[in-house]
Amino acid sequence: MSFIKTNLRSLLLWEIVEGMALTFSYMFKKRVTINYPYEKGPLSPRFRGEHALRRYPNGEERCIACKLCEAICPAQAITIEAEPRDDGSRRTTRYDIDMTKCIYCGYCEEACPVDAIVEGPNFEFATESREELFYDKDKLLANGERWEREIAANLRADAPYR
Amino acid sequence: MAEFWSIYMLPGIIILAQILAIVVPLLLCVAMLTYAERKIMAAMQLRMGPNVVGPFGLLQAFADGAKLFFKETILPTSSNKIIFLIAPMLTFFLSMVAWAVIPFDEGMVVSDINVGILYLFAISSLGVYGIVMAGWASNSKYPFLSALRSAAQMVSYEVSIGFVIITVLLCVGSLNVSDVVQAQADGVWFFIPLFPMFIIFFISALAETNRHPFDLPEAEAELVAGYQVEYSSMTFALFFLGEYANMILMSALTAILFLGGWLPPFDIAPFNWIPGPIWFFLKIAFLLFVFVWVRATLPRYRYDQLMRLGWKVFLPFSLFWVALTAGVLVAFDMVPNS
Repeated sequence: MSFIKTNLRSLLLWEIVEGMALTFSYMFKKRVTINYPYEKGPLSPRFRGEHALRRYPNGEERCIACKLCEAICPAQAITIEAEPRDDGSRRTTRYDIDMTKCIYCGYCEEACPVDAIVEGPNFEFATESREELFYDKDKLLANGERWEREIAANLRADAPYR
Repeated sequence: MAEFWSIYMLPGIIILAQILAIVVPLLLCVAMLTYAERKIMAAMQLRMGPNVVGPFGLLQAFADGAKLFFKETILPTSSNKIIFLIAPMLTFFLSMVAWAVIPFDEGMVVSDINVGILYLFAISSLGVYGIVMAGWASNSKYPFLSALRSAAQMVSYEVSIGFVIITVLLCVGSLNVSDVVQAQADGVWFFIPLFPMFIIFFISALAETNRHPFDLPEAEAELVAGYQVEYSSMTFALFFLGEYANMILMSALTAILFLGGWLPPFDIAPFNWIPGPIWFFLKIAFLLFVFVWVRATLPRYRYDQLMRLGWKVFLPFSLFWVALTAGVLVAFDMVPNS
């Protein structure tokens, strides 16, 4: 009996028909891909994207040049030079991140005692030349201004779990 | 002068107009077929498919065509230049000339010859030459292997295609393509009495056009792109157009042999209002959908499985059906033209 059954199945191409029915049913299912540049997937508040240097609400730079981020950076992508400012407070004169070296591990953000260096939600910072990815202090501060609202919201959302 | 005009020029112009009236819509259909294939495959794999160029991505095929047109044609230094260039032209040319005998409606055919089916069979057999020439002239490993595979595959499946066509011809009693359709007008379409032959013909058509699951000549996992490896720009585009035009041709042939060509499914009021060419187009479109559907469903056959299927399953089976059909026709005294 099973002999007839197996032969009949292969003669009637039963398995191929079953497979074709399956693919046909998938034609009417909801698409899983999103239309990327127009639609974007959700991002976690912990998402580690492009770096930014933040300021206090009164406009003062947060970074105090403690160099903890430079020390912890596993890719050695961060370079900091610092000297006391005229008012005696210690500030960076140079804060460079080589984005081509960075591995986006987020240790700089973890190490920072004043939440100055953070990794924001932006991941669309492709450039046409390699040199444009050597970020300096001006670029990082500009990023901080541009993304402050999102960064602050993300930090607030993640705060209960830290 | 007037005589020269009426004997040579006027028929020439009419034939030229007929050729253009077939080739231009055919190339448009090829363009739409590549788009439809990508969209259907995308839908079955839960993707979007092309949706950027034009509304719903409808102009994608034309964008691709324009891109290929402006690319550089590269001639490999070690290739045989002349054959290398002739091969894609031959493939394209053969996929176009076969349409001369395809009837779109009663009397709507460029050349109503009495050996139409033989002509179609001959042209589709010649199709392998384009690939073999491309594989040989490229003077490169992958195209050569691909050409060998393609030649063996096409020869194997042509045998069973031949027997299937013989079975149909036994029921028709004529080699004229229009007569094949007319024979289905008063009776049933041939896919009902000859259903196993219909399936065998369709599967052999897949193998004949090098489509999934028999696309071994261009199996990208092993042969990169097979015989197209060394081709670029318009030479590649001609192969591409030829291959898809061949798909449409084989679908048209299946529609004519088994699905009653331009005939409506029922010869009653709402169905026979729709003109014949539209029915023909719909049948071709359905068969092309199945081509794409099969591609989205099945994995590629192994080469020995392909050969086993062709020689040890299809050949004896179709031979048996030729004998059976002939026997039934004689036994019940239904032989046509007797």
